[in-house]
This record gives sequence, structure tokens and C-alpha cells, in this order.
Amino acid sequence: MPTLTVDGVEVTVDPGTTVLQACEEAGAEIPRFCYHERLSIAGNCRMCLVEMEKAPKLIASCAMPAGDGMVIHTNTQKVKEGREGAMEFLLINHPLDCPICDQGGECDLQDQSMAYGSGNSRYHEMKRAVTEKNMGPLIKTTMTRCIHCTRCVRFATEVAGVEELGAINRGENMEIATYLEQALDSELSGNIIDLCPVGALTSKPYAFTARPWELSKTESIDVLDAVGANIRVDSRGKEVMRFLPRLNEDVNEEWLSDRSRFSYDGLKAQRLDTPYVRKDETLQPASWGEAFDAIAAKLEGVEGAKIGAIAGDLACAESMIALKDLMNLLESPNIDCRQDGAALTTESRSGYLFNTTIAGIDEADALLIVGSNPRHEAALINARIRKRWKAGNFPVALIGEQVDLTYSYDYLGAGPATLKEVAEGKHSFAETLKKAERPMIIVGQGALSRNDGAAVLALAKKIADDYGFASDDWNGFNVLHTAAARVAGLDLGFVSGEGGKSAREMLDGSLDVLFLLGADEINTSKLTNSFVIYQGSHGDAGASAADVILPGAAYTEKDATWVNTEGRVQLGRRAIFPPGDAREDWTILRALSEKLGKTLPYNTIRELREKMIEVAPHFADIDQVTSADWGAFGTDGAIDDAPFVNPITDYYLTNPISRSSRIMAECSATFSKVKGEGTGTNG
Amino acid sequence: MLKDQDRIFTNLYGIHDWKLAGAKSRGIWDNTKTLIEMGQDGIIDAMKESGLRGRGGAGFPTGLKWSFMPKESDGRPSYLVVNADESEPGTCKDREIMRFDPHRLLEGCLVAGFAMRAVAAYIYIRGEFVQEAINLEIAIQEAYDDGLIGKNASGSGYDFDIYLHRGAGAYICGEETALIESLEGNKGQPRLKPPFPANVGVWGCPSTVNNVESIAVAPEILRRGEGWFSGLGRPNNTGTKLFCISGHVNKPCNVEEEMGIPLKELIEKHAGGVRGGWDNLLAIIPGGSSVPMLPKDICDTMLMDFDSLRDAQSGLGTAAVIVMDKSTDVIRAIERLSHFYKHESCGQCTPCREGTGWMWRVMQRLVSGDAEVEEIDMLINVSKRIEGHTICALGDAAAWPIQGLVRHFRPVIEERIKSRKAARAA
Amino acid sequence: MSQVIETGKAFEFTAENVEKAQKFIARYPEGRQQSAVMPLLDLAQRQNENWLSKEVLEYVGNYLNVPYMRVLEVATFYTMYNLKPVGKYFLQLCRTTPCWLRGSDDLEAVCKNKLGITNGETTEDGMFSLLEVECLGACVNAPVVQINDDFYEDLNAENFEVVLDKLAKGEVPPKGPQIDRTNSAPEGGPTTLLEKTEGA
Repeated sequence: MPTLTVDGVEVTVDPGTTVLQACEEAGAEIPRFCYHERLSIAGNCRMCLVEMEKAPKLIASCAMPAGDGMVIHTNTQKVKEGREGAMEFLLINHPLDCPICDQGGECDLQDQSMAYGSGNSRYHEMKRAVTEKNMGPLIKTTMTRCIHCTRCVRFATEVAGVEELGAINRGENMEIATYLEQALDSELSGNIIDLCPVGALTSKPYAFTARPWELSKTESIDVLDAVGANIRVDSRGKEVMRFLPRLNEDVNEEWLSDRSRFSYDGLKAQRLDTPYVRKDETLQPASWGEAFDAIAAKLEGVEGAKIGAIAGDLACAESMIALKDLMNLLESPNIDCRQDGAALTTESRSGYLFNTTIAGIDEADALLIVGSNPRHEAALINARIRKRWKAGNFPVALIGEQVDLTYSYDYLGAGPATLKEVAEGKHSFAETLKKAERPMIIVGQGALSRNDGAAVLALAKKIADDYGFASDDWNGFNVLHTAAARVAGLDLGFVSGEGGKSAREMLDGSLDVLFLLGADEINTSKLTNSFVIYQGSHGDAGASAADVILPGAAYTEKDATWVNTEGRVQLGRRAIFPPGDAREDWTILRALSEKLGKTLPYNTIRELREKMIEVAPHFADIDQVTSADWGAFGTDGAIDDAPFVNPITDYYLTNPISRSSRIMAECSATFSKVKGEGTGTNG
Repeated sequence: MLKDQDRIFTNLYGIHDWKLAGAKSRGIWDNTKTLIEMGQDGIIDAMKESGLRGRGGAGFPTGLKWSFMPKESDGRPSYLVVNADESEPGTCKDREIMRFDPHRLLEGCLVAGFAMRAVAAYIYIRGEFVQEAINLEIAIQEAYDDGLIGKNASGSGYDFDIYLHRGAGAYICGEETALIESLEGNKGQPRLKPPFPANVGVWGCPSTVNNVESIAVAPEILRRGEGWFSGLGRPNNTGTKLFCISGHVNKPCNVEEEMGIPLKELIEKHAGGVRGGWDNLLAIIPGGSSVPMLPKDICDTMLMDFDSLRDAQSGLGTAAVIVMDKSTDVIRAIERLSHFYKHESCGQCTPCREGTGWMWRVMQRLVSGDAEVEEIDMLINVSKRIEGHTICALGDAAAWPIQGLVRHFRPVIEERIKSRKAARAA
Repeated sequence: MSQVIETGKAFEFTAENVEKAQKFIARYPEGRQQSAVMPLLDLAQRQNENWLSKEVLEYVGNYLNVPYMRVLEVATFYTMYNLKPVGKYFLQLCRTTPCWLRGSDDLEAVCKNKLGITNGETTEDGMFSLLEVECLGACVNAPVVQINDDFYEDLNAENFEVVLDKLAKGEVPPKGPQIDRTNSAPEGGPTTLLEKTEGA
């Protein structure tokens, strides 16, 4: 543990700490542009120079390992001049276009030039002009502003794992660009906007729409996949202007995936902002009273067994418990939160969680992925896997579709037969798993949403049992969900009970009344004889099949709870109000229950949440993962030869909000075209 | 003057056969095994004793540098990397070694590589030296065919390979860590130190980067004895050295001379004197473009070695002597160098990427006189903000020529500005 | 706007160059084939009329399993890779101080007056391209022009014109010093290495 002195303050730091970090621990602020905790050290901006006694020159504190006995000064005249010099050099070719720059107000260069710059300019030569570079539909470039810190290049190469971004040419002609100006094909590309310390890389969709100081900032949770990334919702009036990631080391670190970041324009389109009732074959606007009356009239005399409810992928825990309670009061056993038919049951919580936890990936020493493309299903978890893989000694194998995961893996095979070989110890990778001290298996929905899903799950369980995946301090068994609603649904028991129908069975048209709570990724073609009630925020597949539409709130418009794939309970917070007559979802169900004479026993969200905690006590532990006991799950049975098919065909269009987003549509068009060029399969 | 028998580079001018047979007749590869039998420590001690300082410009003691390499491998191989990326303006000595005495370099590679427990040497030659690379390739093949290198090199029991790697046009690759990056197939952008190459060098392995001349003289030092080498030159500045004399002399040339030779003697004895006579001398850049220039009065008595030139606020650098007579537009001479550094800046770190262009643009205006007198001080201030603030020494190298110009020729610059102003007023 | 030119013409190494490429790759340790990017780009450029098209860059990237972006970075960083076609004779005129002191401006004038080209241009007949370059490392034989692989040294306006005339006629003028001089020895004969030393 080296001990060093910073500005007279003695500080002892962990070995491997840099001088910059040591200075911060000692309370000295060190300006920087290129340095970033999560990227490799470049040492190129020269802003972090400090004076080290006995060294002839100033040292770049970001790159110098802290050594025992070092004496560092951060506030001498020499340091001041060094910083002023670096600032001056950064500014001479930087345009003075702050008034029209989207980075304005949250610009490191602005802030640091105020703090460390000299305040006047001595540069009288022509400024450099750099042409804009195309990087696709998400990233707007103003490369004249670039200060060549290479954060973006390092992020793309190191974290995102795509070697598409680089610095071409040299000297003062050095320019950041994608290869031949192709769109940056990464699900994490938006993070380079956050990383860019200046206004060279800004958000294309957000361009010129708002200034940071006019935005209301609400800390919330992303629900467009099951990762539960922590976000900040920046809104102005009735509009969400943008999403930014919030730091959570255990979940998303400080990253956000592109779909979660850029689907926000989908919150404004295709909205259900008033109730609708189908009259004369067409859906017509109605009042809440009319909508509820239509439902009450239809339910009159219908027996519980002929009523059903399916919860979709974005549903919050509050609306699911309310709907479940209502279905109970209606004496219906037909409820399901597994609209894709995944063979997951509530018998053991460990059987449907990502038990290792996301941060736990850092500790793992071998990984088998089954029927999943984590890059599309949970881009941030994939980045975490890549981070672990990059650290070395991390064999990864895949059974399923052979896709580019941004890290190398052993491709074992396409379907359950290979999984069986591994389970029976006949495959060479079985040895790797057996030898590993902290092995992981990730089972995706592509392996579970099939007729033999329960048998596949049982095989995965057998591997976990036989090869020591679960012990007192380690659980390497993981289910990777794609739906933010799924774990809460399972936790709250939103699955068919004794004699109840599964989602697939409910969709065969045998029910008289079917309640769809934001369920859109379903086949509604056989529902012609069912009376369909759709409660949700967007006019998507579910709504178009509906007889009554109850307009709900999107995730940014309500205080609500979601549980991510790890089992982490997190609270989303309302940033804006739902549009028009739309309402927070649990209140709709509460009102409907009263109308039906089956009043739900809670009047406030607090009372509702108490009910949730009663059903599943871990709902009291906000932001925590309550680890699940290793129990029995899966059902032995015959397996099918058919290869696993990943659940996501288009990363950008997985949910009704994203499908309503023009930005996502543009991404989908851009990147499916890029991929098509490579494979020749796109027409 | 150095006696011919004390000269190492006996085929400097390519008069003799450069191939293996000719090399052997000049004493190269003569029982190299006995040199290896000195053992690693023996060789390094002898090199330290000889006082040889690196011939690439910085003048770091060669034996000491070799001693930094790990004595025991942790599983990683060690490499010798020969810096043959000769690109410092004014310098053209390594070129002669490679095209006319390649076996001297190869023998040096074996001896030095053995001393630092390297498994192989990579010779990084600048891309423009096509003919030199061809000669080296031929010599390498000859050495393999003759058992001098490869398995059981020269019968020593030591296995040692030598490979050539051609650059492709980048002065910065003469910086040792940029060279390593380039050798790995990347852009030649210098690395941050620490870690130093002896710890983490090429492909993450311990590596030492040495200049061609430093390596090529090693076998001769060991053969003749460290005392012979240290007996030449001056204390702390021992041995012989290849000098490149270019510019306004009557007979530009390369020549091997003793360290510490008076500058005037060097020029008058070997380069036919300054064009128009010594009194027609304006200034000299004594050690390649990176070192500050010296005006005539300092040149009159200057000795050509590391310490003497350092004391005169210049440097021996690569011992490339660029002579400028009184007809020279000295501002333009330095402006050309400023352009060179701007052109060769790798672009990685801020002060150099931005500052070299700034300085060159100001220098351009100083050439024409379209400037204010105050800008001279500003230019010096800018150069000081580059110097010492960059990842590698290119920033310093870009700053020093300008500092040397202003130090010695400020009145010329001021006069140019004034007369331009006057011309415009008229 | 990309600075890489797509020709639509596929590129692949000749059998002879495949053999050479394999030898280059073998120079570097196992798994370090990226080191061969530079020699392979050079090899490819020699096969492709002295310049690199998009197809050539990508071929080299695929050959070594190095991402295209990394190949492009290398190709744009080093000055010897030509990213656009050049003339049959590629004149690289050194303009750095040692050559300038000895008259490189005169050579530039020859290019302009005789060939009608300035820096970065190619003659209409595609015979000559001019590129002003920084120090070529032959300073005691200044001024120097590199023509394709060869250095032409100790040039002046007159003898440079002679060289150009010969090239235009398809002759190969002798490279090296264009005055009566042995390599880098002083004009008129060496001042050293005059004694008959052993073996020499």
C-alpha cells in the first residue's frame, strides 16, 4: 500500500492506483479530458499534469502509478501553467460556437476553460475545419470541435467491442471517424455521446431541442429490456426530451443501450390517450364510464373459467398485482405473464433469476450461453460479459444461433442435443465447466419459449447441479429475461393456477373475455370470438385486437416497480403526466374493480405495495437483490432437435414504445441494411 | 585526427565488398563465439567500461541500458529491437552501415542480443531505405546460411534470430515506444512510460531499443577491448562517432571521427570547409534538426561531444552537422524544420498536435515579416508550453530549434518584421 | 467524404506474393500477425500500381484478420501508402532544411517548369507524380529526390533534368550521386580510410 503526499496531505492508496486517483483521495481536484475510469489510459490530453518532486518534468497523473514516498503538488505555478498551456492548445482549433452547440451547459471544455484557462486568446492563425463524419442515425458529429481525447474510440473498441471507430491520419490532421463513415453498428453507441467531453459527438435525435438547464431531471428505471438500467429522465413540460444513464455499479455501471436511450420519441407517438370502445366494428373514442360500462356489460354472467388475463413485457408490478387480484375476485384461474410461452414456473425463484447477478459476472471463470444472444437481449449484460472476457481466463461457449457477441467463444452446437451432450459430460466443454470454480450458465428465452422448454430447463439445471454451479457463496445458474415485467410477474404469481390456461391456450380463442395488460407480442389472430380488453399505452398489436381500450401510462408517466432479470426490485418514478385521459395503470384497475363490484382492497399505492410485500416480501428491499434458494425446477422430458431460435429478430423494435419510435425505425432500417451487405441475406 | 586503424566503419563509403566475404575480410564475424564466451555479464560490464553512449541522439549509456533487461525470464521472451528508422534531418549515417556494412550490424545484434538474453532481434528500418533493406535482407540470409545466426549462432550454442521490419514513412517511429507500436502493426504513437520497454516492450515482452550505430560498434569494442574505446575521445564522451556534415560546406560527407573533435576541425578537414570560408559561417545545427543552432562565434571553439554541446545549450544528438553560411535565410531554415515537426507529429497528445502547427504558422509569418515583434516572445512562450508537456520528446524537438533561433538571431527576426512594416507603409 | 477510393476491382495477391506474405507473417510470433500489416500493405501496393484502393485495404485486413478500421488507421498514418493512383515515376522531393540549403527549391522549379506539376499532382500522361516529402535521410548527398525505390542524390537543376529526360525515354538513369562522387565520401575523394587497413 503506497503512501504518498499530495499538497501536504498524506494519503495511502491501494497498489495499482494512479497518481490522479490518489490526488482525488487526498481531496485535490485534477482536471482531465481523456482520462475515464472505465477506459484504458491514453494520457493524451495533458490536462492532468501535476508536479512530482525529483521528476524533471510535470507528469501526467492519470498514467503514473502511485508510488510509495511520492511527493505530489497540484497547485504550484508550474502546474497552473501546464494546465493553462494544455487548455490553450485545446482551444486554439476549437470553434467558438458554444451558443449553437448542444453540449453547452454540460461541456467539460467549457467548464474547465473557466476554471483553468487563461481567459484570453493569443491565437491569430486560421482555425482548423474538419468535415462532419457520418456515424449513423443516432450520433451527430461536429468534428471541428473534437479535441482528440479518443474516449469514443476506446469505448467502441474496449467496452462495446466493435472495431469500427478509429483515428485516421496523423498530427493536426488526425480525425475521428468510423470505417468509411459507416454507421456505428453497436447497441451501445449512444454512450460515446456521454463520453465525449465536448460537442463533437452529440445526440442526433436530441439536436437543438433543449438546453440542459431547462430540463426537469427524474431518476428512474429503464424497462425496455430486463436489465433494469438506471436512468435519468430529462423532461420539459409534457415531453420526455432524452434519457441518460445513471451510475449503478451493480447494474449498468454508467452505460445505457441505444434502444433504451433513444426510444423516447416513441413515447409521443401512437399513444392511447382516451378510452375506446368497439362499436360497429370500429374502435371509437369513449369516456372512461362508457368503457367500464362496456366491460361490465360483457362480464355479466361470464364464469371465471372463461375469463383470462395476459400481462405484457413492460407491465409494472403494481398493475400486475392489481390485475391478478381482480382476476381472483372474478374467480378466473387464467392469468399469465409469459406471453412468449417461456417454460418458467414459480416453484423455485432461483429457477428464473439471473442468480449470479450482473456484477457477479466479474467473478465468474467460465460461461455457457444457451439459446440466447445477450448482445441483443441485454446489451449491457453482454458488455459486462465482454469486460470479464477481456480480463482473460474466461472460456465462453455458446449453444444456439451463431452470432457476433463481440467476444470470442467456442461454438458448441445449435440445439438441445448439444446441451444434452454437455449435461451428460460427453462434450469437451463439460470438462471446462467442471474445472471452473465459478462457472456460469445463461439460459435465454430462445431455449425456454419452445414446447420442450421445460426439458431444456431441466438439462440446464442438471448441468448446474452436476458441475457444481450452486454453492453457498456462488450461484452460476442464470435465466436471461428480455421482458422487464417478467420477474415481477413470476414473483407475484401472475401465472395460471390449478386448472388455469397458459397464455398460449388463452390465445386460441376459447375464452369469452381476455384482458391484455400491455400484451402486444402475441398472436391475436384467433381472438375473433373473445372480447378483448386492452390496457396499455400504445396502439400496437394488442390494441388493434381490442374491443375496449383502457389508456394506461408509459413507464415514464407513473411511479411503479419493476424487478430486473437478477431479481433486483427497483422503483421507476413519474417524470411527466400520462397524455390525455390516460391514467396510472393500477388506478385504472382499481376503478374498474369498483365498477364490477369487486373492489380491490387498496386505496393508495402504499396499500397496494403492502399487498405486494405480503405476496413477495423481497419487494420491500428496494434496489436490492434478494438471493434465491437453490431449489427444484425444470421438468425432465423429450427434447426436440430443432435449433434454438433467439427471441429478438430486430434489436431496435422489441416493444410497443420502440416500435412507435421513428428513431428506432431509422436504426432498424440502417443497421439491417448494413448487416445485409455482409451476409447477402437481406434481399 | 583519428587514425585509420582506430576507425570501425572501414567500408563507410562502400568502396569494398559489403557482402559476407568482404565483411569477413574486414574482421567481421571473426570468431564471434569468443565474444559470446565473455558471458552476458562480461559483455555488459565491458560495454559499460567502454563508456559507449547511445548513438541515436539521447546518449544514454549503452551497457547500462542492456543491464535493465531481466536476467531471468518469467516465461516471456526478450527482444532486441534495432532502431534503423533514421529520419532526423541531417542524419544519414545508419544508412551507410546498413547498405555497406550490414554484417557489422548483424554481428552486433547477436552479441547485444545475447547479452540481454534476447531470442531475436527486429531491425526496424525506415521504409524509404529500400536498397538498404535489400542489402540487409541479403546479409541476413548470408548469415543464416553460414550458421552465424539462427540455431547455435556462430557455434556459440545460443539460438538467435534476426528479422527485418520496414517502416512506411513516419519520423515518430524513431521514438522507441512508437517504433514498438509500429512493429506491432499499429500507428506509430508513443506509449506512456512507465512501463518501460525493458519491462513491457514489443508484444508485451521485455525489449531494448538501440540505435544501429550503437549496436554495430559493439563487437569491435569487445574485440579490441573496452580500454581501446574508452581511450578515444574525452571523459564521459568516449570513442569514435559517425558525423554527417551537410549544408553549406564545400564537400558534404559522412566521416568517422573521434568524439570531442573540434567542430571547426571536423568541417575543415573532412568537408572541405564552409562555403566561402569559415568567416562566411552564419550558424550550425550541430546534432540533427532537434538541437538548437549555434552561431559562428560559439562554433569557433566548439567540441563535438555530448557534454560540451549540452553546456552550450545545444546537443550532440545524432552528430548531424547542418552548416549554414551567411547567405542563409536562417528564419526560413528553421521554418522548414517547424514544418517538418508539424508534419511528423503523431497527433496523439495535445501540446504537440496543436502546438507544432501553431508554431509553424507563426514561423511562416516571421519568414515574411508579417508579424508583430511581440509575437516573438509569444512564440517562445508557446514553445515552452509544448516542451516538457508531451508524451514523447518530439514536442521538445519541435520547440528547441525555434528557441535556438530566437536565442541567437532575434535581431534578424525583428529587423525582418520592421522592414516588412516599412515596406507596407511605403 | 471518404479518402479511400473504391474501384470495384477485386484484389488478391499473386501466387508469388502469397508466398512472400506468408514469409512476412512468419517473422512475428504466433498470434501477432497484425505486425505484418505494414509489410503486407507494402507488398499489396507494389502489386497494385503503387497505390492502395478500398479493395486492397480490405483484402489485407481479411488476410490478417485485422479489423478494416485498424488497417485504415495504419494506411493513413504512414506517408508511404498512397491512397490514390500515382504516376509511373513517383518523385518524392525532399524539402527539409539540409536539402533546402542545397537547392531543393530549384528541383521543385524543374518539376513545375518541365513537367508542369506541383506538389501532389500527376502529369497528364500519368508518367510523373510529385510529392514533397520530409527528410529522406541522405542529407550529405543533398538535395535528394526519391524516384520509386531509388535515391537520386547531389541533384541540381541540370542533372535533375537529365534524369527526368532519361526516365521519360524509358531509360533507367544510374541512381545515387549525380555528380562525380563515391556515395557519401567527400567530393574529390575520402579524407579518411586512406591507409591500407587489414583486410580492406
